[in-house]
Amino acid sequence: MDVIVLSRLQFAVAVFFHFIFVPLTLGLSVFLAVVETLYVRTGNEQYERMARFWGKLFLLNFTLGVVTGITLEFQFGTNWSRYSEYVGDIFGSLLAIEATLAFFLESTFIAVWHFGRGRISKKLSLFSIWAVAFAGNLSALWIILANGWMQHPVGHEIVGNRAVIAGFREGFLKVVSNGFAWTMYCHTLLGAWLLSGFFLMGISAWHLARGNEKDFFGKSFRLASPFTLIAAVLLLVQGHINGVVVAKHQPAKFAAMESHWETSAAVPMYLFVWPDQENRRNAFELLPIPGLVSLLAFGDIGIEVKGLNEIAPMDFAEFQAKTNYDPQKPVAILPDGSPLIRPLTPENAMPPVLLTFLSFRLMVGLGFFFILLSTLACIYREKIAEKPWLARLLIWNIPLPYIALMAGWAVAEAGRQPWLVYKLMTTSQGISSVPASSVGISLLAFILVYGFLGAVDIYLLRKFAIQGPAGGAGENAQRTFSANF
Amino acid sequence: MSDILSHENLQIIWFFLWGLLWSIYFVLDGFDIGLGTLLPLVAADDDERRMVYNAAGPFWDGNEVWLITAGGVTFAAFPKAYAVMFSALYAPLLILLFALIFRAVSFEFRNKIDSRGWRKAWDTCHFFGNFLPALLLGVAFANLFKGIPIDGRGIYLGSILSLLNLYGIAGGVFFVIVFAFHGALWLAIRAEGALHDKARKTASMLWPALLVMTLLFLALTWVYTPLYNNYFKTPALLTVPFLAVTVLLAQPFCLKKGRLVSAFTASAVFIVGVTLFGVFGMFPALVPSSISAAASITVASAASSQVTLTIMLVVALICVPVVIAYQAWVYSLLSFKIIPEYLASEEAY
Repeated sequence: MDVIVLSRLQFAVAVFFHFIFVPLTLGLSVFLAVVETLYVRTGNEQYERMARFWGKLFLLNFTLGVVTGITLEFQFGTNWSRYSEYVGDIFGSLLAIEATLAFFLESTFIAVWHFGRGRISKKLSLFSIWAVAFAGNLSALWIILANGWMQHPVGHEIVGNRAVIAGFREGFLKVVSNGFAWTMYCHTLLGAWLLSGFFLMGISAWHLARGNEKDFFGKSFRLASPFTLIAAVLLLVQGHINGVVVAKHQPAKFAAMESHWETSAAVPMYLFVWPDQENRRNAFELLPIPGLVSLLAFGDIGIEVKGLNEIAPMDFAEFQAKTNYDPQKPVAILPDGSPLIRPLTPENAMPPVLLTFLSFRLMVGLGFFFILLSTLACIYREKIAEKPWLARLLIWNIPLPYIALMAGWAVAEAGRQPWLVYKLMTTSQGISSVPASSVGISLLAFILVYGFLGAVDIYLLRKFAIQGPAGGAGENAQRTFSANF
Repeated sequence: MSDILSHENLQIIWFFLWGLLWSIYFVLDGFDIGLGTLLPLVAADDDERRMVYNAAGPFWDGNEVWLITAGGVTFAAFPKAYAVMFSALYAPLLILLFALIFRAVSFEFRNKIDSRGWRKAWDTCHFFGNFLPALLLGVAFANLFKGIPIDGRGIYLGSILSLLNLYGIAGGVFFVIVFAFHGALWLAIRAEGALHDKARKTASMLWPALLVMTLLFLALTWVYTPLYNNYFKTPALLTVPFLAVTVLLAQPFCLKKGRLVSAFTASAVFIVGVTLFGVFGMFPALVPSSISAAASITVASAASSQVTLTIMLVVALICVPVVIAYQAWVYSLLSFKIIPEYLASEEAY
């Protein structure tokens, strides 16, 4: 494997692993803030216990999110140095703003909230946790503004070999008001809240099915279930808008999501279809729903939707005209002096269709399942203990939103290929001149270290989730007992 | 106004801020790193080990964000320097990041399972997770002062071993001692009882080593780097290293009188002084090349556009003072004495 493949794999491992922890942080922080608010408003100690129990799980999750985020930030410099140099003016500043504006706030106030227990007033504690929830969700905005700029670059001009911001009004303001990025942000946020809701319901259902802490987990469940249902329904509506935006700005990605090869009008959606990228067509197409792809993309069942075989050469021509692309120019000179040539051709200027298509179908399928499940959960929110099948379903469901979110990002990122910055830079062009052997070793280290830490973290999350809140049944009751006497 | 914010001036301002951000990171995370490095030396039993962890307790996470900010600012203000520096220092940087990962999770994981072997394993991780960053940051910065083998295309032609030259190793050892001393002072401020006494003793014992290492490092800098050239050109800059050495010489007085907060403040000033001494010496290079001066990445060749530097300056001037203000408030709020009873509370590490 060459340095490009290895670096891409490494980035994929680093970013996917990071994103195991991020969405729960985004949603659970809001939940913690809500229960703290209820505690301050009602004075009911149960809410305080809820904040502490779910807060413990939050912290276990948060730490790994933080540290894996740092490696991610430095990945751009270590493995994608040509990219970093090209986009630093815009992309780099968004990351820097994220750190100063949001991440400091989150990391500092989570300490106030956690370590200030018993030392600070209720009101300050409440302020701290809202600061954490706000900062976490704000942090995601800046990161997605950066990613959204790669997906749909705006507000820039090319100066020499760099993309540079085109002024304040025409540049920076356009970058931060990039509609494409805001659509992605809404989608990501709703997905994260949905995941957190199902996490809360899954663990609560486990305890409710066993009759543990009925009031505590009943309250948690009743708070989480409508929250999750709203997120699931909004995701359907907003997800559709997201699709429309992609169809408009990234037709190649949209076509790959639907495995649509030839430009045609009144494009049907096939319930069963399998892409054959080598021959640029579908291996088979079964059970069409007439005009559905046209309808979803442009709101009209008869309208024409461009297929990949037409889009790829068009995108390539646009790229070549914009950047004077020379396919034979090496994308990098390796440290041993050998040139690395990765020519893009008009025919292969398209995303990996099978991966994009399957990830999209998986995400959408799970999305519909989540609406169904959260509706059931909402209906039976008072009777979970009497519905063991639903409790079991909710427990086994905990990993599914994670899979859906990963699939969503696979659509966004694999579907962006072959571009690193949409139609401005190919992924190969962004690479660092580092030996493939170094990246091979570091990739192995990533897999081993992250695999190990992920396993430990999931083990501990499970352990504390099962143990339940402090001062409750089992082990904790014993501790309180011996502390009191 | 437009003259003050010319592209050249903005580059100089950002170069200074870049150095300042790194020095703030060293001051703040420096004591966490020092605490972890001293863990096997000062803590005799489990309670004392937990006190060492809890001395860094509420702060290490917020401190580490300064690293993210320093990295982010390098990316935003000097993209080419970010690109070349971090791809050239590929192996040491990744080892540093992995070490910091183990440092962070050892805080969170150590006390979560009641088993001697478990805690011991995370203590080992905690030590290496702090000792290695101290060493590697020292090696990396010393090599930056000296210049690294990059060619005109910004491609690194050395190996990880070429960073382990005499000056680089001296830089690594120097940083380890600087942070250990800094951490010992912090521990003395926050711990009570036997651990407090041990921390003070450790600081007193480390001071002579620190003094020798400082003078040695300044001398080796003369031999191996062109850093002093800027100081010959602008002698007024010499106040920076002079201040650093002065506060270092004042340390025995503070330690003897038990003025630990003063000692810690002096140590912070010392760290800022040493970092800025190196950074000022590097100007205008951000990544000096040891192959040819023309291949060096300079402030001018690496800087972002005038608009970006201006926007970032506004953001920095508004946000950084606010961050410093609320972090200072949190320090005053949570720098309580760590007493054995605290360890029984649920939020303690």
